[in-house]
Parts: sequence; structure tokens; C-alpha cells
Amino acid sequence: MLEIRGLSKHYPGRRGSKGVDALKDVSLSITKRESFGLVGESGSGKTTLTRCVLGLEPPTAGSIIFDGVDLASLSPAAMRAMRARIQIVFQDPYASLNPRMTAHDIVAEPMIVHRDTLRLDRRQRSDRVVELLDLVGLGEQHLHRFPHEFSGGQRQRIGIARALSVNPELLVLDEPTSALDVSVQAQVLNLLHALQERLHLTYLFISHDLGVIRYVCDRVALIYRGEIVEQGPAGDIFDRPGSDYGRMLIAAMPEPDPDRSPFRTPA
Amino acid sequence: MSALAERGPASKLGSRWTNWRRGLYRFRQSWLSVIGLAIVVLLLFAAVAGPWIVPYPEHVTGGINTGMRFRPPSWAFPFGTNELGQDVFSLVVAGTRVSLLAGLAVVVVAALIGTAIGAIAGYRGGWIDDALMRFTDLMLTLPSLILAMAIAAALGPGIPNMVFAISMSWWPGFARLVRGEVMAKKEEVYVQAARAIGAGTTRIIVRHILPNIVSPVIVKMSLDMGFAILTVASLGFVGIGVKPPTPEWGSLLSLARGYLPDYWWTAIFPGCAIFLAVFGFNLLGDGLRDVMDPRARR
Repeated sequence: MLEIRGLSKHYPGRRGSKGVDALKDVSLSITKRESFGLVGESGSGKTTLTRCVLGLEPPTAGSIIFDGVDLASLSPAAMRAMRARIQIVFQDPYASLNPRMTAHDIVAEPMIVHRDTLRLDRRQRSDRVVELLDLVGLGEQHLHRFPHEFSGGQRQRIGIARALSVNPELLVLDEPTSALDVSVQAQVLNLLHALQERLHLTYLFISHDLGVIRYVCDRVALIYRGEIVEQGPAGDIFDRPGSDYGRMLIAAMPEPDPDRSPFRTPA
Repeated sequence: MSALAERGPASKLGSRWTNWRRGLYRFRQSWLSVIGLAIVVLLLFAAVAGPWIVPYPEHVTGGINTGMRFRPPSWAFPFGTNELGQDVFSLVVAGTRVSLLAGLAVVVVAALIGTAIGAIAGYRGGWIDDALMRFTDLMLTLPSLILAMAIAAALGPGIPNMVFAISMSWWPGFARLVRGEVMAKKEEVYVQAARAIGAGTTRIIVRHILPNIVSPVIVKMSLDMGFAILTVASLGFVGIGVKPPTPEWGSLLSLARGYLPDYWWTAIFPGCAIFLAVFGFNLLGDGLRDVMDPRARR
């Protein structure tokens, strides 16, 4: 479904400095209806990769092929239409919603932008907003509220509803839970899981939280300093990491079994 | 966890209503802002009701009374009378409308032009930004009164021409303000989100950026209002702009100039009106800034 081949991104530095290679020859392939996890620390190139996939950033080299079409070959108009098929949920639900727009307007906006493909009139859009809010666990009473009237988890649900409004096939989840409380994280993860089943979505799940990745993803790639160091089925990577970096990451993971926790003092 | 606590959802919680009340509270904290608001309300009242509440409405429309020339202030003529025997109080109150309207028009036109140019420059960046901002700087270097006089002289007197003339020298301030605000806002995640959706440039600017920068623009409009009124009066003083018999503070002052030492009341009261307007709008603007743009507080 999504093929990334030899993707590189170089940010030129100011005069005198060498600049940064944010991505070095990254290749990935994501198949339909799977959850693909991309794990890396801050500055490893995760965000650059998503920006390239979303077409917000032109890659320096390599190609991104979505459903058999090279994104670089698309005309601006075709790229606009393509954006409906690849949507994103952002990390920070406090920053990613326009504070001056109501929940209704936020969720309806993508449908207005893509009215040529969706062909919904105002009434139909509003109906669909209610449907979408219901789908993510919000109700009609939330329609005309502003982002600051919602909790972090609710805001993230609005962000998810916005992304789903144009019937995307691929959803990029850019650390969708890392800004949330632990208890709310679980709710949002369960919601994402249920939505994937129901809407047959493909997820590209980006995170630095291995616990979350293990819970959600079928296959995983580890990215370090712009390079993929390891990729494979989630079970294999977590049980038998093949790279030094992978072993280090797994070793740093907190132990879910309380009996084996280093904080547990023998009684 | 800690990231959430630092962000403090509590500060963002609460309805619009409580935010509004909090703003009102902050506004009332400063008695100077309240005085400013009172002055502005008084001026607005005079501007709306002026011609109907003045004691001598016939003087406002050009009527004269040669038997009553240069009477000092008294109960019958609170601000005295001028060289035509007209009641200065009536003229000053009636002049509020022209001054306020002209000042408002200047500020609104300047804000519209400045916002359009500043938004495009700030959003597009690159050579478009350079070109637009150099042009803006160029306009800024022109002395505003001289430019206004030149335009008024070329187009002829009259309120619309005067407003146009002053606005032409006024918008660069707004353009600079808006450019800076837009440059900051265009990096916001919700703007990126709109871009990821596929929204076009116009939509992003109009729906996502401009609504989030109205506060500083409104504050600047209020702060500038006083100076705009002053500029209108200056042009009236030098004889460009409003023509008699329409009463206007600047032209009243100008007519009184020749009689100043002996008949001080003909000049002092229009002057006080100008002072009051500038003072009131500045205080109000400061108060609004505290409410709408708390980061800019001293």
C-alpha cells in the first residue's frame, strides 16, 4: 500500500555548516490494513519521514509510492486529492486544533476542502460531523464548543474525527498518545484499535513508547539517526532484537510484570 | 504526565463566558482603562446625538449671530461664542461626529490594507516578503502629514479624500504588526494540520491565521484612533479636509488662532476636545491590550 524506497532528506545548513541528513536511504513497505510501527528517539527522523509522506516536505532523494502511484509524479491538483487518502493525527492535541474554530468546524473543514471528491452539501457535512464525533466517542453536545473547553483526550478524539472525515485509507499517527495522561492513553489506543477494525484502516504509527508500539503494531521498524536499523514483525523484534540498538531499546523498556520490577523490594 | 501538568489544562479550561469575565475583571483592575472607556463612551454619545442635544443647533449648520460676538463663557454659552457669535460648545460637540468618523475610517482602511499586505508578506516569505516590506518601509519614511497634504492637494479637499490620504501613510504600521504575527502563527501545528488536509493558501490565511491575530490588530486600532483623530484635526487646522460650515475640531482651532490672546475660549475648548479624544482612545487601547494580549503587558 505504501512503499518508501531509498528516501533521503537533507536540510542544508547555513553558510559554513554542513547541514543535517535527517533521513538516509530509508526503505519501508506497509501493507494494507496493518499497523506499522516506527520507533525512534527524538531527532531520529520520525517526524521528517511523516512530513515527507504527507507531502509537506519534498524529499531530497528516493520515492514514496502510495497505492502504485509515485507521489512526486502527481500534479498539485492530484496531490490535493491524494491528501484525502493519507491523513494524520498529530502528537499535541493542544496545538493541533485551531483555538478559534468549534469542534464542528474543525471536523467539517476537510470535507469542505475535498468537496470536489466527497460531494457533500452543508447539511450532509453536518450530519457526518455528528456521525464522526459519535464514532470517536463524543456527542452532539460537543459540536459547538471550542478546543479549550475539551480535555486532552477529547481533543485528540476531535483530531481523529478530523482525520477520518475524508475517508482516508492510510492514517499516520504521529505519537498520538504521548501528550496524554496514561489512563487516557489507553482509551485513545483502544479507540484507534476499534476504528482500524471497523474502517479497514492502515496505520503508520510513530512513537518512542515501546509499550504502546507493542500493544498496537503488527510490524515495527527502528529508526536511528535517519537510518532504519531493524524492521520486522513486532513479536520478533521485541523477543529477539537483531541489532545492538534494538537490544538496547528493549533492555530500556520498563518491565510490565511487577514481580520482576527493579523497584520491588523483597518482603 | 509532567508535560501535561506544565501545559496546565486548567488555564485553558472554562467557557468563553468565564474568559470574558476574567478579561472584564482585568480591565477594571486598571482605573485608567475605565476612565478611557468612559471618555470614549462620552465621545460616542456626542458623535451620535450631537446635532440634536446641542443648545444652538442653528449654529452648527452655519447660522450666525453678529450681536453675540466673542462672549466669554457663561451659563447661556458654556464655552463662550466665536467671532461669528456662534456657541462654541455647540460647535465642539457637533464636531465630534466628523472627527470620530474620520478617525475611525482612517484606522479601518489602514488596518485593512496593512493586514492584507502584512499577511501576504508574512505567509509567503522569500522575495515577495522582501518586495512588500521594502515598499512598506518606503511608505513609512514619507512624512505622513506632508503625504496627506500632497494627496489632499492633488485630489481636492473633502472628507473621503482626506481619509484616503491619511490611510495611505498609516497602513505600514499595521503591515509590520500583521507580518510578524502571521510569521509566528504560520508555524503553529493547526496550520500544518490545515496544510496536511490540503487546504489552499487563501483558506489557511483567512480561516486559520487571521482569526488568531485579530486581538493585536484591534488593540493597535484603538491605540491609533487617538492619533488618527489628531491627524484629521491637523489637516483641518491647515485647511485641508473638512470645509466650514461643517464643524470640525481642527478647523475650529484654526479659525480661533487669530483671536487667541483676547478670546482664549474660542481655541481652548476645541483643543481640549482633541486632547480628550487622543487621551481617551489611548487609555482604552492600553486597557484592551491588557485584556486581549496579556503577553504585551509592561
